[in-house]
Amino acid sequence: MSNKEWPLWEVFIRSKQGLNHKHVGSLRAPDEIMAVDNARDVYTRRSEGVSIWVVESKNIYASDPTEADSLFEPANTKVYRHPTFYDVPDGIEHM
Amino acid sequence: MDKALFEYVLRLGDDSLILGHRLSEWCGHGPVLEEDIALTNIALDLIGQTNLLLDYAAKLENKGKTADDLAFLRFDKEYKNVLLVEQPNGDFGMTIMRQFLFDAYRVPLFSSLLKSKDETLAGIAEKSLKEAKYHLKHSSEWVIRLGDGTEESHRRIQDSLDSLWRYSSELFYADEIDAELIDRGVAPSQDDLRSEWQKTVNSVLLEATLTTPSNNWKFEGGRKGLHSEHLGYILAELQYMQRAYPNMEW
Repeated sequence: MSNKEWPLWEVFIRSKQGLNHKHVGSLRAPDEIMAVDNARDVYTRRSEGVSIWVVESKNIYASDPTEADSLFEPANTKVYRHPTFYDVPDGIEHM
Repeated sequence: MDKALFEYVLRLGDDSLILGHRLSEWCGHGPVLEEDIALTNIALDLIGQTNLLLDYAAKLENKGKTADDLAFLRFDKEYKNVLLVEQPNGDFGMTIMRQFLFDAYRVPLFSSLLKSKDETLAGIAEKSLKEAKYHLKHSSEWVIRLGDGTEESHRRIQDSLDSLWRYSSELFYADEIDAELIDRGVAPSQDDLRSEWQKTVNSVLLEATLTTPSNNWKFEGGRKGLHSEHLGYILAELQYMQRAYPNMEW
């Protein structure tokens, strides 16, 4: 028996309501076809989704956590980037 | 009582019940977590079908029994499942091969039953077909990967095929019950099912680089209630609760 472990896959599910696929977790599978099958069994058994994407985890290039300060903190002081300085006229709903 | 239809529904229900029970034995023992969940999902689909089919059988029998009575309180010779589904799980390859041979029969069966003149049966087929198609996809993908995988996986799945092959022809067992129901437009012809089955099996085995056994020795008996020794052990476990504590619920 081969001891080689199956590659890890990241799973993205589109729910009935949502347009975009959301990351729901990961799993192991020998290839992409089985990864979708496994994702169906592991992550949609309670009717969570209508579409599945899988991406092999090694193909994800992530931001470096030690750079978080320089990447994200500058945005914290720029409140004017939020569209919260407008007076909304009466009668406009769903803003 | 519609004797033929009762027998027919019982056969389908018992196939689902016994195979569902067999697969449930994998719960917590799957080779990997993902496959553990997959096998258990399939087991639950089959038990769901059992519920519908045995419930219908109980209504047809009209003796005031429920689906549970039929599932838990019959003797071994009253079970009409094919011998294939009661065979032990063996290794993962054995379970997958048993499942594949069965799924390749269930898909054309339920497809044909959509057109059954019996509306209840057609309704059950509609729900079950979607499940069976997924089961077949799952088991086919595995047969192909194990067959066309490593030397060891090829050898082991070929062994499974060789030992289960003798049970496959019983899937198309036909007697006077089938003849009557085919006449009435309730059930499909077993010959048509067999040719569909053969097509699926040929193409998957070819892709899996597996050899179809030349041995045509047939094992039959399940449809008449004559089972292998394995069914007794299954029933002992399945029925223990209801036999020891009659009418208990949980």
